[in-house]
Amino acid sequence: MAETAPGALSRLRGREDHGRPPWWLVLPALAGAALAVLPLGYLLVRTFEAGPDRVVEILNRPGTAALVGRSLGLAAVVTGLCLLIGITMAALVTRTAMPGRRVLAVLAPLPLAIPSYVAAFAWVAAVPWARGFIGATIVLTACTYPYVYLPVVAAMRSVDPAQEEVSRSLGRSAWRTFWTVTARQVWPAAASGGLLVALYTLSDFGAVSILQYDVFTRVIHTSYTATFDRTPAAVLSTLLVVITVVIAVGERWTRRPVEQTRVGGGVARRAELHRLGALGPLASGLVVAVLLVSLAFPVASLLYWFATGLSAGIDTERLLTSTGTTVLLAVLGAVATMALAVPIGVLVARHRSRASAVVETATWAGHALPGIVVALALVFFGVRVAQPIYQRTPLLLIAYAVLFLPAGLGAVRGAVAMSSPRIEEVARSLGSSPITVLRRVTIPLAAPGIAAGTALVMLTIMKELPATLLLRPTGANTLATSLWTETGVAAYAAAAPYALALVLLAVLPTLWLMRAQGRFTATEDL
Amino acid sequence: MHVRRILSASLAAIALLGAAACGSDGPTDTTEGADLVIYSGRSESLVKGILDDLAKETGVKVGVRYAGSSELAAQLLEEGEATKADLFFSQDAGALGALAQAGRLEALDAAVTDRVIDGFADPNGQWVGTSARARVIGYNPTLAPEAEQMTSIDAVLDPKYKGKVGYAPANASFHAFVTALRVAKGEDGAKEWLTKFKANEPRKYDNNILVLDGVDKGEVALGLLNHYYWYERVAEKGADAVTARIRFLGSDDPGALINVAGVGILKGTDQKESALKAVNYLLSEKAQKYFADETAEYPVVAGIASKHDLPPLADLEKSSIDLNKLDSLETTLAMLNEVGLT
Repeated sequence: MAETAPGALSRLRGREDHGRPPWWLVLPALAGAALAVLPLGYLLVRTFEAGPDRVVEILNRPGTAALVGRSLGLAAVVTGLCLLIGITMAALVTRTAMPGRRVLAVLAPLPLAIPSYVAAFAWVAAVPWARGFIGATIVLTACTYPYVYLPVVAAMRSVDPAQEEVSRSLGRSAWRTFWTVTARQVWPAAASGGLLVALYTLSDFGAVSILQYDVFTRVIHTSYTATFDRTPAAVLSTLLVVITVVIAVGERWTRRPVEQTRVGGGVARRAELHRLGALGPLASGLVVAVLLVSLAFPVASLLYWFATGLSAGIDTERLLTSTGTTVLLAVLGAVATMALAVPIGVLVARHRSRASAVVETATWAGHALPGIVVALALVFFGVRVAQPIYQRTPLLLIAYAVLFLPAGLGAVRGAVAMSSPRIEEVARSLGSSPITVLRRVTIPLAAPGIAAGTALVMLTIMKELPATLLLRPTGANTLATSLWTETGVAAYAAAAPYALALVLLAVLPTLWLMRAQGRFTATEDL
Repeated sequence: MHVRRILSASLAAIALLGAAACGSDGPTDTTEGADLVIYSGRSESLVKGILDDLAKETGVKVGVRYAGSSELAAQLLEEGEATKADLFFSQDAGALGALAQAGRLEALDAAVTDRVIDGFADPNGQWVGTSARARVIGYNPTLAPEAEQMTSIDAVLDPKYKGKVGYAPANASFHAFVTALRVAKGEDGAKEWLTKFKANEPRKYDNNILVLDGVDKGEVALGLLNHYYWYERVAEKGADAVTARIRFLGSDDPGALINVAGVGILKGTDQKESALKAVNYLLSEKAQKYFADETAEYPVVAGIASKHDLPPLADLEKSSIDLNKLDSLETTLAMLNEVGLT
């Protein structure tokens, strides 16, 4: 039975054996989906309140079409650049003998630790003319290309080099082989990273507001804060949800035909490293240039501000409590998010059906919404149905789950999908109950993915600002809120210690993420 | 069996981090056990001192929640009657006006609103100002020494300042200035002014602090900003270390607009007495002196001196504009959008 072709038969079998998903998967999955669509519910309430005429008027404004164009344009350009940079860097560190590749491989994902608003501050202060589209593109690309780089590195380590060797032996150049064989094999990984980049770009407020580029988040924010009019904000947010779902479904469509080729175990053999010869230093130089812009530059700016602000003294106590609160919320938030992501991930990977596809799509609903919209949605529901936890930690954790569920889910789904359902079937046939199988087979096999998802969610929560600001327990400060407090009044110097602490703290889950994804296939230590 | 080890290491790390965080007490809710809950849109670093004093001296247990004024206004509007907030302390009149318009504020007695100088409380008594700030022109004395003599905001339209004027398009005070411009010059006049301003290619900054930085470094010759940023910079770095200077314009000029920060009591509060105590405290001599000295703003109660060398408020334009008129703000934003100055 083990020799049967993996594709069709095992999926068919999967459907027979796992026909009806057990309640202990369905319930948490439904709960997760219900939470994820809460903001949409709120937006629909606010949109319908306005009446159809007002909605049509807002959608018909000449500015609205331009806004959609600008937002999609920025998301497309940033995603394209991230795919190019992420895939190229992944290829250079995994497939070539580029000088310094080990060090560069470790440094490459670290820009994830830098919040986009910190990078934007650094950028604006040093290059004041580069605002608008150019500035936003540079900053967002620099902060998000690791979303592509990390999964592609993992995928490149796992794909069988035999296919490349066949291609080469049939006379294709190394270059063509890379783009026609290797790139195709890692496309599912790159696409899911690209999706995160695209949705991050749509939902980011910090960078576009500092760099003054009018995309959805900035216009929605202005609508709330300058005119206190919730209707245009709600209508535009609803439009943003629709766009998000279309993009998420589109991404699933692009990787559908390729995904089946991934079924099967990992590879024990390493790919041959290409000698780059004279081009080697050039390749290293390119990677170093990317790292200079995305990592060295913002960190150097922070150190400079930190040094100039030292004379004024540091509020050590606040720095420590802010750090403690940040860690606590990030840990609890990641646990809460993953508690929903794991059952949904198992459900969509093992029980493919129209219903599970709907659940998966639903989780994306809140992901591209600006934090302030999700926060106000939870304010709306909090004061009405959850007064006891309103402005308490539990509701804030729910907000994090709504915002970051897809990031955790992607990692879990990928990991579960990569382990063969046949192992679970064997465990079942030996008399284990379904829940024992989940506990002793499925979850341990998906552990690296779960760890990667947890790290990614933790990392993102640490940097989160707008929802934390509105939903935190009164008086609780995270590093992000302290940073915000300081930048509100003085120059950056007073904010620098918090920003620096935040970056240092965020490096931990980034390293963890890198390790978990590096070990995904366990072919080589990073 | 790499994966097992990773999982257990991950769990251990989570537990460890979590335990470490719990050891640090985690987030504590400062409104727990507080009588009076204040939502403050004014920054913690600006007003924490005076709110601490307020708690100490009035004996009211105070819990303060800080965020941006407009975010808090949006939050208060969503919360409606269910809000825990008793008092809203706002950085600008617009956010208070939004709540007043939605019927979320409790009218204040004339005894309270009469304490401030005329024009610094809501005409309907929905809120009262606590401090004020003036719009000024910041200038770099090397690049634009003539700015010392400026009397009108129209001077920044001079083509010789092409690309040399800094402003913060997203700033609420800038929006208020444009509203003042509309009141002073009419809709067509204001649009013409903005079109000329745009044609002069002014330089956008993210906020007033960066505008001041730009003037100080000589990136721009002139900057449109609020007065107290300059006083704070001088207080922080010393007068010799600050190159930029500021110019208060003529009292009838929209460029000399006065903006206010203020407070309003939320409708339906069960802490009305404490809330009133707090409002009265913020108008007390001690609190007014705090705003005059610590934040270099204008006191709104007559007869308070400042340690900073501020021109008397009476010499500046008396705000003849109803700053909390939101329909007006919406028109202002639409006009800025149309001209392309956002």
